[in-house]
Parts: sequence; C-alpha cells; structure tokens
Amino acid sequence: MRESLTHRHLLEASDLDRDDATLVLDTAAQIESALAGREVKKLPTLRGRTVVNLFFEDSTRTRISFELAAKRLSADVINFSAKGSSVSKGEGLKDTALTLEAMGADGIVVRHSASGAPHRLATWVAGSVVNAGDGTHEHPTQALLDAFTIRKRLGRLEGVRVVITGDVLHSRVARSNVRLLHTLGAEVTLVAPPTLLPVGVESWPVTVSYDLDAVLPGADVLMMLRVQAERMNASFFPSAREYSRRYGLDADRVARLGDDAIVMHPGPMVRGMEIAADVADSPRSTIVEQVGNGVSVRMAVLYLLLGGNA
Amino acid sequence: MAQPSTPAPGTPGLLLTADDVTRVVDRMAHQLIERAASSGGEGDGLADLVLVGIPTRGAPLARRLAARIEAFTGTRVDVGTVDITLYRDDLRTRGVRALEDTRLPDAGIDGRLVVLVDDVLFSGRSVRAALDGLRDVGRPRAVQLAVLVDRGHRELPIKADFVGKNVPTSRSQQVRVRLAEVDGEDGVGVTDA
Repeated sequence: MRESLTHRHLLEASDLDRDDATLVLDTAAQIESALAGREVKKLPTLRGRTVVNLFFEDSTRTRISFELAAKRLSADVINFSAKGSSVSKGEGLKDTALTLEAMGADGIVVRHSASGAPHRLATWVAGSVVNAGDGTHEHPTQALLDAFTIRKRLGRLEGVRVVITGDVLHSRVARSNVRLLHTLGAEVTLVAPPTLLPVGVESWPVTVSYDLDAVLPGADVLMMLRVQAERMNASFFPSAREYSRRYGLDADRVARLGDDAIVMHPGPMVRGMEIAADVADSPRSTIVEQVGNGVSVRMAVLYLLLGGNA
Repeated sequence: MAQPSTPAPGTPGLLLTADDVTRVVDRMAHQLIERAASSGGEGDGLADLVLVGIPTRGAPLARRLAARIEAFTGTRVDVGTVDITLYRDDLRTRGVRALEDTRLPDAGIDGRLVVLVDDVLFSGRSVRAALDGLRDVGRPRAVQLAVLVDRGHRELPIKADFVGKNVPTSRSQQVRVRLAEVDGEDGVGVTDA
C-alpha cells in the first residue's frame, strides 16, 4: 500500500496513478469516519502551514470547500480573489505568485480561466500547487470527489459504467473525470451533441455516443454537466429547448435507469436545462452529497501534499 | 500448536512466544477487571469501560482484551480504535503516511473510563497524540494506558497503568510485536538495528 503521493503538486488527474488515487480516496474515507459525529471537527495536522486560495475566476463551492478543508486541518488560510486585489491594477500571475511565495505559502490552491495557469505557477513557487480548475482543461479534485462519491454509493469503481452527458467541450470536470475514472478502472461513455465534443475525443479512453436514451439502461452512474454559456462564443445547438429535450435529464429518462443507478452533477446546475428540478432533488441524486464529500477529499489532498516534509 | 515460523523459547531475541502473549493478555484482562471495579464506576465498572486501541497493533490487542474480559466476567466491554496519524508531531520529519481506522463506540467516551491500548510503549509520543485525539472526541472520566511491552526511553512524562512485560532495551534496538490478526502469528522479539 502506498503511503504518500508520487508528485508534489496536483495539477491534473494524470498526476495520480491508480495507487495514488486510491490513497487519496482511502484517506478521505478515514478522515470522514474519524470526524463523524464529533463535536470538534478539527484536526491539528497542518498547524503552522499556510494555504492560499488563489481564485482568478468565480467559484462558490470549490473555494469554500478548500477553505473549510484547510481550516479543519488547522492550516492558516488566505483567500485571494482577483476582484479587489492588485490584479485589477494590472499585476500578472507571476508577480502575484511571487508575492504569495514571499509571504510563505506552503500550498497554493489556484483557479484560473486560462488552461495551464497552475502548471506555470508550479514552476515559480516552492510550495505545492493544487489545481482548482483551469479554463477548459482540468479540475482534478472534482474528479476525486466524484470518484469518492461513486465508490461510496456503489461500493466499487472497477467496471462501473459512467455516462457523462452535456457540454464536454468546455468541461474541465469531464476531462479530469475521464482520466481519473479510467485510471481507477471505470468505463466511461460521453454523450453530447457533436458540436460540444472536443477535437481529438476519439483518442480519449472513452466510448462516444450522441444518443442519451440509448445508453441510459446500461449506466451505473449518470453525470450531468452544465452547459457553460459563459464560455460559448458561438452557437453550439439550435435552442435551449432542443438541447434540453435531447440531452437534459427529466423524470422519464431517470425511470429508464437501472434500480441502483445514481445521478451526479458537479454544480452549479441550471435546473430545467440539463437537469429537471425533481430529478436534482430525488434520492438518486448525489448532488448535495458530492459537496460534503468534496471537503473530505480536499482534506485528504491537502494532508497528503502538505502534511509531510514539504 | 504447530507454528514453524515461531522460534522456539530460548531463541536469542525472542521475548515472548505465542503462548506467552496469550498468558500476558489474560493477566492484563484480569488487571483491567480489578481496576475497573475500584475505579468509581457503577457496579463492576465494566459498563463504564472503553478499550481504545491505537492502530496498527493496539487495535487487535484491544479487541483481544475485551474478548478475554467477556470470557472471564460475562460482560461485554466497548471497544474502539483511534488513529493518531493526523495528530503526530513527526509528520514533517518522517513524512505523511496512510491513515488507519478510527471507530468509537456509539455511546461515545464522555464520562467513561477509557483505557488506551498499544503494543509497545517507547517515547510516549504516540500516547500523547492519542490523548490529543481523544480530547477532540469527548471528555472521558479518566484515561489509562495499557501496553503489551514497555521498553523504556520515554521522551514525555507518560507512564503505563497496565504493562504486559517490561523490557530493558537500548535505544538502537527494535522491539517487534507480532499479532496473528496483522502478522499471521503471535510473538514479541527484539533485534539489534
């Protein structure tokens, strides 16, 4: 059994091999059970360490989740968002990073609209960098928490059939999930209109389909993606109604899923677009659970990256 | 009992054979029963008692002690484990490691007599970490410590209440406790590192 991660940073899902990924999931499970039912949900593990949340792009759950995870491990947390900082005066990523470095950040959690920004950052700083979402590239901790949620609900990942539906083109969540789930032995099918699939998808370790109804009966997990209107500068489908009719998840489609199949969504969701409100609130839906699991998984990542001799 | 890989008694370095371990655990169970009765709890004090093992080998040891106490008295005793990894003070020097189980009885530990159980008492740092861990979980009436082997060389003011065997060692030696649940067989040995 592996005791620590292979890499010092977590920049993309492929930084984790199978043993690494399993270590993160096992660690998250142990942290969760250690904290269950406790009055003091705090551990002294990262006392004296500083974690900077560097967010150049809006985020609700990821930023709060990382903040809570770091605080529960007793790290000092600095939240930095581009709005209201010197970034609005024209400071670049590198200078911001060097400033934070000079202040002694042991870990930097970064979200940026530019794909690859965390990789650049990692070459400038001594601390560990965790990618909290970069452009349309990757969002590895989201994939970890999704894998954690699937394993918790279904008891395994090996051989689990996962259908990921929606705006794959703009989705860093989909990219990270495809890589991580493949590493962990799950079988992934992508379903989207051809315009919302990236170039080169045929080289990914996935099956591609344009027909959601055809893949529903065989799915153990149905992961819905948000249509990322803010990243769309062209028309990718005729109308929201048509998209919703062909690729949205409503109660009829849910009824055609297997008995134990679960419905996931990384959030934020657009109710009525990719997912119907009654589906989002149904017992099959793990959407709220995913948020809670996110804290445990991020605690595991922060512990494994920053707990030892950084 | 044929256990070819267990050295015969008298083998250099062997401190306790499998039979010795059984005997020592039995004796500790009796001592725990006695102390629980005089420790101010209700009745025989056993309902109050929680045996909390420190992984890895403290956990099966705690379960064995509970099983022996139940065999001797007919009373079932609560057992738990508390992983101390996230409370250790040597993570930075020795690096992170995989976590083990933390599981405490549903009734909790508030107001109860908690006996921490570990295989070897050495520097005392594991026990300190376990005490810190317990503090975050609840407030026991009292905490005591039971160890299979006390090998000396404390670095903190910590003392065991129940000791299976005192073993004078040099600091450089290694004491190896083997338990069937983890290692496939019982035995305690000491080796020169």
